[in-house]
Amino acid sequence: MDSVYEALVEIVGPEHVSSQPEELFIYSWDLGTTEPHRPDYAVAPRTAEEIRKIVQLANKEKIPVVPLGGGLSLAGLAVPFKGGILLDLKRMDDIIEVNERARYALVECGVSQGKLTAYLERHHPHLTHSEPGAPPAATIAGNVVIHGQGDLAHPYGFNSDMINGLEVVTPTGEICQFGSCAIGAGWFTLHPLPDVGLFLGWTGTTGIITKVSLRLFPCKKIRGMAQFVVDDEDLVPEVFYKITHTQMVEDIMATSQAIPPFSSELHHFTINIAADSEKELEFKLEIVFDDTLGEYIHKGDGGYLGFIRGLERPQLSKTSDWRKGGGFEYVGSIMPIEQYPECYRRGKEISERHDIPYTVLARCIGTAHAMMFSWTYAFNRADPKTIEHAREALHETDDLALELGGTIWKPGLYGQRLVMEKLNPNTLELMRKIKQLLDPNGIMNPGNWEAQ
Amino acid sequence: MYALKYDEDTCLKCRTQDCLAKCQYIDIDKESAKKEILKIAHGEDSSVLHDCVTCYACEEYCSFNNHPFYLIVEKQEELDIPPLPRPIIKRGIKTGIPFRGEPTIEKINGRALLMGAFADLMHLIQGKLFEGLPVISTDPRKMFHYFCQLMYLHYARNSVIKERLPKIIKTIAEHEVTEVVCFHDECYGTYTSYCPAIGMEVPFTPVHFFEYLYNRLLELKKEIKPVKLKVAYQRPCSSRLSPDKHRFVQAIFDLIGAQTVEREYVDENALCCGGTMEGQRREGSRKRTADLRRKNIEDMKNAGAEVCVFNCPACYNTLGQMLVQSGIRPVFMSDLCRVAIGEKPEGWR
Ligand SMILES: Cc1cc2nc3c(=O)[nH]c(=O)nc-3n(C[C@H](O)[C@H](O)[C@H](O)COP(=O)(O)OP(=O)(O)OC[C@H]3O[C@@H](n4cnc5c(N)ncnc54)[C@H](O)[C@@H]3O)c2cc1C
Ligand code: SF4
Ligand code: SF4
Repeated sequence: MDSVYEALVEIVGPEHVSSQPEELFIYSWDLGTTEPHRPDYAVAPRTAEEIRKIVQLANKEKIPVVPLGGGLSLAGLAVPFKGGILLDLKRMDDIIEVNERARYALVECGVSQGKLTAYLERHHPHLTHSEPGAPPAATIAGNVVIHGQGDLAHPYGFNSDMINGLEVVTPTGEICQFGSCAIGAGWFTLHPLPDVGLFLGWTGTTGIITKVSLRLFPCKKIRGMAQFVVDDEDLVPEVFYKITHTQMVEDIMATSQAIPPFSSELHHFTINIAADSEKELEFKLEIVFDDTLGEYIHKGDGGYLGFIRGLERPQLSKTSDWRKGGGFEYVGSIMPIEQYPECYRRGKEISERHDIPYTVLARCIGTAHAMMFSWTYAFNRADPKTIEHAREALHETDDLALELGGTIWKPGLYGQRLVMEKLNPNTLELMRKIKQLLDPNGIMNPGNWEAQ
Repeated sequence: MYALKYDEDTCLKCRTQDCLAKCQYIDIDKESAKKEILKIAHGEDSSVLHDCVTCYACEEYCSFNNHPFYLIVEKQEELDIPPLPRPIIKRGIKTGIPFRGEPTIEKINGRALLMGAFADLMHLIQGKLFEGLPVISTDPRKMFHYFCQLMYLHYARNSVIKERLPKIIKTIAEHEVTEVVCFHDECYGTYTSYCPAIGMEVPFTPVHFFEYLYNRLLELKKEIKPVKLKVAYQRPCSSRLSPDKHRFVQAIFDLIGAQTVEREYVDENALCCGGTMEGQRREGSRKRTADLRRKNIEDMKNAGAEVCVFNCPACYNTLGQMLVQSGIRPVFMSDLCRVAIGEKPEGWR
């Protein structure tokens, strides 16, 4: 038996460590096109204290530590490129507190989106969180770490803007807290203490988040989805602008995809609307679809497709079965909304060149301050040629996102390199220093955000 | 190649102008109605072409079978006066494109039930009522090969129907069917009303779904236990194309012991579900449709309906939730018939 394995057993108990190849095999992949890399150990801790000990051990042994939530971020962000310890956080899944009046939930890092949604529906029906369109097994922590966005992104922004407090195990093994919780108060605000925004967007390279206090928002009795369709991509930015001006709706997305045929070359808006009464609902529908979008309808340029009560959460985009073999990966970008037409046209071109049915999606962030625009590429997992095509298309799209004046959201290694090449050199140097300071042995999720 | 059998003389001689005079959505007197219908026949612009909500009802109102609705739709297309916004029309037209390979053709040599574009509703054709009846279009991925296309009347796109329908008919005929029981009224209307109206040949005999259900229930009469529910019926637009079969609604209700409530909006005076209306270009369409639905459901409620019975899945989708909210249970006719013979349809409590 090797000594690291034994030390890990000592920390978490034998049933929560593995170095068996068949178990390590499943931890070496994610769902996308990234080449697999096997970790040396998979460990499932239960407490921050156990994580602290694991990190100290890793520093001593100079072996990597890669945190893993739901493993659904797709861009290879939790693939252990340099082996080491794969830290599976799913056992840390307590919902510690929901504060109904101050509207926040304090959760451990392994709590999944689905668990929080179900818990709130059952115990706090007046509250909801901004749920991403990821499968329900995605974790709250894994999502804020990558600046995710959910179905309240229009009114309230990125999910990482909804944090009231964090607990983090640093790469050198200290447990720190940030926000009001750090002074022993409740977990109700991140501000106004000095800003130490060192853990979001870093994809686990600067520490392991163990607790998140996440803002919750009013959940109205009636929630549903209206649809609006246009056939001219150039109209999309102004439709986003006009809808956001009403401040009457929750999520706003525009999608276009080659399959099924009815969505091809058309741009479907899904617009979530919530209300506590029929009166409120009718008022909102009237403001949005009669007063604001009525001119498009009357001229014949835009079509109202009705309002469906009840939200299917998460609202997953369905693309994985467009190809036999069920694989897909997307490039996400954070982009000015005015670039929608170009993002759509160029993305379609890339897809067609690689013989992949095109799929694009834009989600409004804030009051049309930006959008998350994604280009999805399907591939057949059993066919290396189609994987290669998808990989090439993804890389071209990373380039495109930057060319069009956007930033890449949760970039994989290729995209990270592109971003770092463009980064202000002083900023890059500061990032390098921060990383060096926090993680002197470079053990945390190595390969990612490695500024040369 | 296909030409609408419309006769101007019939309209000239007509004394009722029922087609437009009875229209529930356009307020028009008999005299203006005559003028407008003739304008339409001459290919001139008419307010009717702009205001028609495409409810299909004038096909029924015209007792001379002169096809006023098909005429309106043809002229809307010719004069480029689409009732719906362009993107909805494009979307609709693309909806009917088959995209997942060819269907498997099984030879039937007899009668079959045609699901058309509702292959995902196979749960509605289960149990004894359908025993021994072969089914065509059972794969949701391939169902658009059997899509009757008549929906494009709402889109003022006769041309699409005429272009695609022969291929659909051919596909159905390849199954070597003699009689085709049409699950949806719209398919039945296509093959018994629209096709003859434009001179398109149909090489099989269509059977109305309710006629089939009625006859099957007669065969199973001994097993029927009265359902004793107060029922309202949501009449779909396409049933206006086969008014002679509408009587089977009441006949079935009588047979299964369902009590039809006394309503204002019933039979000829039935209200449209609003599925196509709410997206129309005509100003105020969304709001008008919301009011129409409220009026329709209020009418059922005031009449004491416990259950609203459907033929059309599209009507079911548009009204179902609102009905539930109003305490009325939406149910498909076939499911209600199954309950009557002691079966338990999916989700029935
Ligand atoms: C179909 C589909 C739809 C999606 N839609 C959306 C969407 O609408 N919005 C959206 O935001 N995302 C979306 N995603 C992307 C992604 O799945 C989510 O963002 C998800 O929340 C990521 O969480 P995870 O637990 O799966 O993270 P993981 O993939 O496990 O981890 C993400 C990164 O964070 C690190 N990490 C994980 N946990 C921690 C921790 N506790 N501390 C430090 N680092 C950590 C990992 O090492 C990795 O680098 C979608 C994905 C799919 C497959
Ligand atoms: S269409 Fe029929 S009802 Fe209308 S005017 Fe002509 S004959 Fe009369
Ligand atoms: S289809 Fe309906 S709305 Fe149009 S004219 Fe005929 S009856 Fe009136």
